[in-house]
Amino acid sequence: MEKAIKRYMPIFVLPTFCAFILGFIIPFLMGIWLSFCKFTTVTDAKFVGISNYIDALNDTVFRHSFWYTVLFAIISLLVINVLAFALAMALTQKLRGTNIFRTIFFMPNLIGGIVLGYIWQLIFNGILEKYQTALGLNEWYGFWGLIILVSWQQIGYMMIIYIAGLQSIPGDVMEAAQIDGANRWQRLWKVTIPMMMPSITICMFLSVTNGFKLFDQNLSLTAGEPSKMSEMMALNIFNTFYGRTGWEGVGQAKAVLFFILVVLIGVLQLRSTRSKEVQQ
Amino acid sequence: MKGKKNALSWFGTIGFSIMGVIYILPILIVLMNSFKKKVFINKEPFLLASAKTFTGIENYITAINKYELLSAVGWTVFITVGSVLVILVCTSMCAWYITRITTRFTKLLYLLCVFSMVVPFQMVMFTLSLVADRTGLRTPWGIIIIYLGFGAGLAVFMFCGFVKSIPLEIEEAAMIDGCTPLRTFFSVVLPIMKPTYISVGILETMWIWNDFLLPYLVLDLNKYKTISIAVQYMKGSYGRVDMGAIMAALILAVIPVIVFYLACQKHIIKGVAAGAVKG
Repeated sequence: MEKAIKRYMPIFVLPTFCAFILGFIIPFLMGIWLSFCKFTTVTDAKFVGISNYIDALNDTVFRHSFWYTVLFAIISLLVINVLAFALAMALTQKLRGTNIFRTIFFMPNLIGGIVLGYIWQLIFNGILEKYQTALGLNEWYGFWGLIILVSWQQIGYMMIIYIAGLQSIPGDVMEAAQIDGANRWQRLWKVTIPMMMPSITICMFLSVTNGFKLFDQNLSLTAGEPSKMSEMMALNIFNTFYGRTGWEGVGQAKAVLFFILVVLIGVLQLRSTRSKEVQQ
Repeated sequence: MKGKKNALSWFGTIGFSIMGVIYILPILIVLMNSFKKKVFINKEPFLLASAKTFTGIENYITAINKYELLSAVGWTVFITVGSVLVILVCTSMCAWYITRITTRFTKLLYLLCVFSMVVPFQMVMFTLSLVADRTGLRTPWGIIIIYLGFGAGLAVFMFCGFVKSIPLEIEEAAMIDGCTPLRTFFSVVLPIMKPTYISVGILETMWIWNDFLLPYLVLDLNKYKTISIAVQYMKGSYGRVDMGAIMAALILAVIPVIVFYLACQKHIIKGVAAGAVKG
């Protein structure tokens, strides 16, 4: 049987394989190579060693964007997960219309980042106008604006994952805890949360990586105003590539650093939360 | 006791109703402003349109005529539907093959697919746009191939997870009865995998429909724009920004999403839960 299948290899694997080479492998390898080169187009690439990386690390705007992004990822992680968890708990109770509420809370998730950014820009500027200021005048307005925006966008998504997790907790475990005299608070901390650890792992992982990779919303809400102070890492990399001629190599070096950072965070985070999961 | 619980439940329902309205308020505010004259939008975004500020559908006409929004919607539909169909067919076939046949090559391919899922787009964006330029893929047809390549990771990963759970005996029976591998795949494996097709299809649709940066860098923007790009162009070209047309464009961008959502809401919510558990 294997032999028969193998003869069909070109039909089954080749289309995806070729597209994958073209759309991922080549750009990825070329990206690593170019991060060690100075270039404006690929044909004039000259090897320069690690000088791009040094330039990238010495770039104060890039360093600022790093801390700005870290802070953003941590706060958005907390806000999104706490609220989504609470909502999931509330919407799995016996209430009228829980399905409609789930539908409503999930909806913003389907709207694209660019569109979301402009929707909220109108609202924030409308509010700030009353105080004679605007979103583009203070980096922290942009920061909290983005927090509100991504919370609005992602709470529904995380809520769905938490609801799926809550519904998979076997009823007898909860009953046993109740019979043993555990109160609501104890049941939450000693039964629900440990049993929910797989969902919590996934949601935390998703919200941290989403926070780090945030681009569209950042571009449309503030575009880095005032003077690049609300620029997050992804936007900073984009602006280095396309906003400064001669800096393409540095942009690529930043992108490699960014890639390493995202992978590192993913691995660390999965490890630390996985170790807290209980066997089911 | 029962009466008390009932009251509490009603209280909760009312509370959530209020929250629900607040939750969709941002969209309603934009909708309201899309019917106002453009000069009044920035000044008083929270007021209902009055006789003085109301313009009817003029903003929509400007957005459609001047900024070619309908063609942007058309291209977005084309790119999304085309890419999702191609991704579903190609990656499911690929996933089936690499799960059933274990060689060094298929193992490596699987690992590379998993690896590609964690790589942020910024890592490859510059070089990917160069590759697209060199290979002449800067069209809505070409971008489908790019999406297949860049989106293959997640899709292959999810399909592989499902194929592993299909008992081998069913396929063996089909092959012994004389089916070719292709026929086995399309008339035996594919129907079993239907739920996974829906999950993957929905995840990829949500991604591609809303994607901004990849089409922005890959497409030839003089000829083709997607909705996100069109909106960004209206705002990004500094100088005179037509707020009215932007409001109309935002609403036109949101409407297809809401229609799609309400039409297959159940599948979307299931797909998200399934995708997350496997991812």
